[in-house]
This record gives sequence, structure tokens and C-alpha cells, in this order.
Amino acid sequence: MSEARRTPLYPRYADYPAARCIDFGGWEMPVQFYGIQQEHEAVRTRAGLFDVSHMGELEVTGRDAERLLQRLTTNDVSRLAIGQAQYTLFCKPDGGVIDDLLVYKLAQDRYGLVVNAANTQADAAWLRRHLEGDVTLRDRSDDTALLALQGPLAERILSRAAEARVAELAPFRFVPDARVCGVRALVSRTGYTGEDGFEIYVDAGDALRVWDGLLQAGAPDGLLPVGLGARDTLRLEARLPLYGHELTEEITPLEAGLSPFVKLAKEGGFVGREALARQQEDGVPRKLVGVELLDRGIPRADYPVYAEGRQIGAITSGTQSPTLKRSIGLALVEAAYAARGTEVEVEIRDKRLRAAVVATPFYRRQLVEGGGRT
Amino acid sequence: MSEIREGLRYSEEHEWALAEAGGGIVRIGITDHAQSQLGDIVFVELPEVGAAVEAGASVGAIESVKTVSELYSPVAGKVVRVNEALIEHPERVNESPYDEGWIAELEVEVETEEALGRLLTAEQYRAHTA
Repeated sequence: MSEARRTPLYPRYADYPAARCIDFGGWEMPVQFYGIQQEHEAVRTRAGLFDVSHMGELEVTGRDAERLLQRLTTNDVSRLAIGQAQYTLFCKPDGGVIDDLLVYKLAQDRYGLVVNAANTQADAAWLRRHLEGDVTLRDRSDDTALLALQGPLAERILSRAAEARVAELAPFRFVPDARVCGVRALVSRTGYTGEDGFEIYVDAGDALRVWDGLLQAGAPDGLLPVGLGARDTLRLEARLPLYGHELTEEITPLEAGLSPFVKLAKEGGFVGREALARQQEDGVPRKLVGVELLDRGIPRADYPVYAEGRQIGAITSGTQSPTLKRSIGLALVEAAYAARGTEVEVEIRDKRLRAAVVATPFYRRQLVEGGGRT
Repeated sequence: MSEIREGLRYSEEHEWALAEAGGGIVRIGITDHAQSQLGDIVFVELPEVGAAVEAGASVGAIESVKTVSELYSPVAGKVVRVNEALIEHPERVNESPYDEGWIAELEVEVETEEALGRLLTAEQYRAHTA
């Protein structure tokens, strides 16, 4: 293995005495700046700024770019308008997931792909294997920094640091040539926290300027820098999958509950379609469900899940929910045990603790201030 | 800098031990350095009262938001009391690792000086964490 890689924002981590770095897919990334719970709460109630520059950015260009993506991704690229992004997946022929990603339609013949850091090389290789006709693949990861500004006050904060059309973006829409803190940026209304928010792509050389500028613009609103620890608890409460946990080459998107992003009927088919169509017809053997522990304890990835005295699955991710203060997890279990209310047991350090299958997402933001669900 | 309190004994696994006045009882907990490395502690799996434990054996677990780590007993003995306040307030281990965040008390069979004798002094522990 080569040495850990660092993002252009690495020098800023040292400004925070409580900051802790961990290895994440070969990257030296901050797990926290202040404390996971404090950062988590900032994103749920105010706003947080994430350095997610480790993510991979690939660009596919050419007259046959759309055809390539249509063939390799499960969602329907042809539905995208220029200026729109889409959540989608790469699958193997057997339906197992190679990666989950966002596809940005930059122009009629140009697409940006945002992929998981640890999978960037494998994704690029997978795309390259399928290149056909007029299409070019470029890896822009090293030149690109990615900041995520997330939380109910994200719009207000960004509107101070960027032009109006950015703050007015609809979900999954983007502006490719915005100015943020005086530099050129691609800004999309996307995120991975279950809150409103934006993802801001800038040249690696501009990253520090945008980071500093946004933190300054957000200071009156209590904006905090947020590490990967809170990113994980935020996404888990919102039931957003994490590759390597809820998605792997051995798990299909249908098992993971992502069928809205699998367009089995799209024209021309796609790699993995036959296997997924068969699974859809036969019924998925396993389902990803939410579980909540009834006994005291915290479920963690790979802990076995039991029902009726035998193992029926395993936890894929778990934590104590900072928002709900309850022990929650996602588990991949045999489909017969996936109904809400099913009583199961989670084995934690040789003890079987009582748990129940519960509805997900565990947390859903209020769409209208003061109204809506809890 | 994390606090290393004089007068306590320490294990290389970042637990502390203190002989209670009166003899025979050793109180244990985790160090300031350990709590700061773990981050926000959200759950403490306490040892069972009455359990006999070996020195260096796992007697419970401390969970932060992100990770779980084993709690090892720095001394051998029988668990006679646990800090039940940590069930509702695990954050006390972060806030006060040497006082309100103590974890358990063990009855040791040997003299407490002997039980603690194999552990690091504050000075040795400072060198260990440096």
C-alpha cells in the first residue's frame, strides 16, 4: 500500500485541537473536528461544512457517452436534463454492486461521475473496459476538491457567499459555472446527510479559499466543520447506504431497497439487468431493514442477527443515533424476517440482545418549518 | 494535553487504578488520554458485580459514537461495585474520567500495594503516552 493520501484541506485540520484523523479508503481524513455529537447536531439544527475531497470525479465525454452510461448504470440517464444530477449504481452481470454514484449531465455529450474514493480506480477500469465508439474517460479526482455544505441553514449561508441562482437550485439540480467565495465552482443541491444542502466542486488549488470563506460566511449561523464520524451517523439516520456496508459486490440494489434507482424497463437494458429482473420476479432473498435495540447496547457492522434461534442475517451499520438517542442499525436479513415489528436478536460480545425491525428512515427532516413529521 | 493524575497507577491499555482508603478495594477507570481518543462516549458496558476477573482480562466495553473498545481490568479481583450512574450518563467518562467517570471497584485478594505494584506510575505512564 502507498502512503495515506491527503486532501487540499488537510492543513486546516490542525486548527482544531480536538480533530482526529483516521484512514478512510487510503485517505487520511478527519473523523471529527470538535466531537461527533456536536457536529451531528450542528448539521441537524444549523449547518455543517464537510471536506469530502477524497471522493472520485470521473468525466465521460463524446457522442457515445450517454450510451456508455446507459449500459453501465441502473438508473435511466436519458431522463436527465443538462444541469441535472442522478443517483445511480454500477452493477456486475450477477447484480452485485460495483459502486453507487452520482451522474451529472454537464452537456449533451459530457457527464461527470462522482464515485466513492476507494472505488475510483476500479470504477475507471470498469468504464474503460466498456468504452465503445466516440467516448473518452478522464479521471479528474486529483484536480478537484469537494466541499459539502449541509443543514437547514445551508441555503442562507451559501446565499451570502454565492450568487442568487445557486441558493435557488432545486434538489438534484446544479450550476456548472457558479462563483463561490470568488472562485469558479460547480454547485449542486445534493448531499448525504438527510438535510437540505449543497455540494461544491472547485479546483483543488481553490479549496482553502472556499473552505475559509464559507466558514466565515456561516459563523453567525453556527456553521461548524464536520468530520466523517458525523457524516456516517447523519447518513445512517437518513438510511442512505454506504458502499462496503449496505452495498457490496455480494448485495444487489434490490436487496438494499434501492429499486427506485433500478430501471429494469429502460431501453437497451444494462449490465446486471437480467439478474436483477429475475430477482425482482422471484422475490429478493434478503432485505435491508432498520433495527432498533430494545436492550442496552449498540449494534455494529457484522454483528450477527438471530430470529427463532438461528442466524438470519447481520448488521451492516449501527450506532447510537445522536438525534434520537436510540441504538439503531441497518441489517441485511432473510426476507421472511423483514416485516416491521419482527422481533430479532443482535449478538453483541457473545450476548444476544433483543431488537425489533423498525421503519426507516430513522430520521426524516421536516419539509415545512414547524409542520410535518417527527 | 490530557491529564495524568499523580498517585494513580496505570496500565498500558490506558486504564487507571486507585487503592481505596481502608484497603482491599481498588477503583478502576479509563484515563483522560483514552477518553479523548475515543471521543463522545455513548455507552459503557459495565462489569457484572460478583464477577471474578483476571488482570488484563476484558471486563466490559466502552462505546463511542464511532467505535467500540474493550475495557480491561488492570488488576485481578472480584467486582464489588460498579458506577451505575454511567448507565444514564456515559458522558461522565469524558467529562470526569478520574472522578465521576470511575467504572468499577474490585476487591483484591492480595495487599493493594502488591496488586498495583505491577502497574505504571504516573511518570511511567506519561512516558508511555508521549
